[in-house]
Amino acid sequence: MMLMSGNEAIARGAWEAGASIGVAYPGTPSTETMESFARYDGVYAEWCTNEKVAVEVGVGASAAGARVLATMKHVGVNVAADPLFTSAYTGVNGGFVILAADDPGMYSSQNEQDSHYYGLAAHVPVLDPSDSQEAFEFTKAAYDISEGFDVPVIIRSTVRVSHTKTPVTTGEKVAYELKSYEKDPAKWVMMPAFAKPRRKVQLERDAKLRAWADECPFNSIEKRGTEVGVVCAGAVYQHVLEALPEATVLKLGVTWPLPQGKVQEVAAMVERLYVIEEGSEYLTNQVRALGVEVCDFPRELPRDGELSPGAIRYAFGIDAPAHENAPDDVPARPPALCAGCPHRLVFKELSRIKAIVTGDIGCYTLGALPPLASMDSCVDMGASVSMSHGFELALAGTDHKPVVAIIGDSTFAHSGLSSLITTVYNRGAGTVCILDNRTTAMTGRQGNPFNGVTLQNRESRELDLVGILEAIGVENVSLVNPHDAQAVRSALKTATTEQADELSVIVFKAPCVLLHRQRKPYFFVNADCRACGMCTGLGCPAISKDLESGYASIDPAQCIGCGQCSQYCAFGAIEQIPAASYEEVAR
Amino acid sequence: MSATTVLLCGVGGQGTILAADLLARAALEAGYQVKVSEIHGMAQRGGAVTTVVRYGDDVATMVADTGDVDCIVSFETTEALRNIAFLKDGGYLLVADETIKPLPVACGRASMPSNARGKLEEWGAVLIPAHGIAEKAGNAKCENVAILGALEHRLGFGAELWGRVIEGRVPPKTVDANKKAFELGLEFADGR
Repeated sequence: MMLMSGNEAIARGAWEAGASIGVAYPGTPSTETMESFARYDGVYAEWCTNEKVAVEVGVGASAAGARVLATMKHVGVNVAADPLFTSAYTGVNGGFVILAADDPGMYSSQNEQDSHYYGLAAHVPVLDPSDSQEAFEFTKAAYDISEGFDVPVIIRSTVRVSHTKTPVTTGEKVAYELKSYEKDPAKWVMMPAFAKPRRKVQLERDAKLRAWADECPFNSIEKRGTEVGVVCAGAVYQHVLEALPEATVLKLGVTWPLPQGKVQEVAAMVERLYVIEEGSEYLTNQVRALGVEVCDFPRELPRDGELSPGAIRYAFGIDAPAHENAPDDVPARPPALCAGCPHRLVFKELSRIKAIVTGDIGCYTLGALPPLASMDSCVDMGASVSMSHGFELALAGTDHKPVVAIIGDSTFAHSGLSSLITTVYNRGAGTVCILDNRTTAMTGRQGNPFNGVTLQNRESRELDLVGILEAIGVENVSLVNPHDAQAVRSALKTATTEQADELSVIVFKAPCVLLHRQRKPYFFVNADCRACGMCTGLGCPAISKDLESGYASIDPAQCIGCGQCSQYCAFGAIEQIPAASYEEVAR
Repeated sequence: MSATTVLLCGVGGQGTILAADLLARAALEAGYQVKVSEIHGMAQRGGAVTTVVRYGDDVATMVADTGDVDCIVSFETTEALRNIAFLKDGGYLLVADETIKPLPVACGRASMPSNARGKLEEWGAVLIPAHGIAEKAGNAKCENVAILGALEHRLGFGAELWGRVIEGRVPPKTVDANKKAFELGLEFADGR
């Protein structure tokens, strides 16, 4: 028995089931699953450019006879929806399991959505583990379910399953031989003539899955009191156990399709049946669709964000125990771009020229927060480039501020490239800044096509970013060191004035400070400081301002010696300590 | 369901996750069921972080609730104030006597809370000079283990068990310093 996170347990389950191919795009809270899977013997695992590609590679490997694991966060499933829906027509050869990791409460996401709906819409079975032991067992079993019903299977997790460590008793790896691949266009070529019969196969399969769900031991009734019954799944089940110890519970391990017989059975056992779920009406509507009456809560249960036992108790009329309240004057502590982050000056300069900045997904979304506050939008992966094109189209012929898209290297590979080709093809205008920090930073520094690092450190090829931009026909391409304030300023000025009516792309290339963690002698503020506030406006965590005097100071423990701030001081008040004395201090 | 809930909070990069891991290992070693719930993703970027460790004969939920936490272990004073609503009546409030200004304060857009220490003391907090204790133990990086020493004052797993857990988890070169830090942390809390 060992402590494993839900993500590690899913990886373990897949490996024990004989999965030998892993495909993913990183995304919180799913990322560690593929990182963990990649460490097992005898598996091949890779980061794909995006989730759609990952699922398609997975469908191919499954068709060829391998057992496959694909992992992604909930919004990644949106990207992968196209192959997902049709793979539920083709079915599988080797078992195919897809992790959809949801983020209720939006700890690290742009929305909260319920991946159950994908199971319902695509006719794909969904399993909902409530802890790491189940994450392990359900995943291992999912491969037999996938092959048995000839359909991919979704493991639906949430941040509290994926990122909670609980004890797991593991098992033995099963022997899995690559199944033979036979050419079968009626199964794999989804043109109308073949897809129509497969649609009928899908509907017949749905009926078999419904019957199976009622027999599946992953759905179980825990009989306690007869007054209150609860239908729930996943992490919420654990909260229900704490909050309502007297309730009879139908714990769903299979959340699509629902086990009709068990739902009706639990409804008959209790006076009042409730459905408790997080930020969604999926289960409630599914239970009601079976003709079973679901009661309203005595008090309101939150309809957004995460649940907790306390939230459930409250809905049933029990207030929180006595406690102190946090004082009103506790300042927020939002995350910030790191000291020495190569993105900082780009945001500072964009803020200075008051550009309309369409942003994207990654660390650099933090450029939206004060004091940089230089981002107008952030919607989804790659949207910066396409939205800037949209802004330019709508504002064409008006006297408008410069429109600038900001996107990271990994996000550009994910889906920014296809957006940019649209702009080039349609002769669109605007400026695209690619913040190439040599890694997929936000999710923990994974490899991507533009840094040439692969998940299992296999030999790779580092794609030539500037070469690609030139090859697709971008005429104004420049490569700039983002730590050089003057160079950043002048590149943005050229792009947004002289080239305002054309498309320009600036690649700001410098490694993420967390990649190599190299420190240079730190900077300090000397007696020439005039308390102008220019350096503190950079939002560097190492720089702070004395609330009374307004003078700046730099924390030597946090400063990494990037020197960005000294370029902004008009009074020469920010100096670097001599290398010799730094070495002495460091010793 | 009767489990003990410990909420560890601080600022990204302070070592709350390692402390939570050591605590979980200690609880497992003591024969309990354990759940450790971490929220990461933004942790390295200086944001507020919390990790919840729950242990007992039977542990269901992995989250902490208002007024229901047995021990709050805060690596920073402001974060202790932020999380105080979780502490149950009579719970143990252990706070490293260290204050890190959040960025909105550092860039002059917000102020530090008034009378933070006074409020913490009024709530019965044990304010531990973890940094000084770690330095005294021979390695400033052992702060989080010094804090665990002070937490042991309330948990009572036994110093010997903790010794085994520390040996099995920290880099070999730092075992002695970590054990010393644990011992000094425990002494500090016992002496209060």
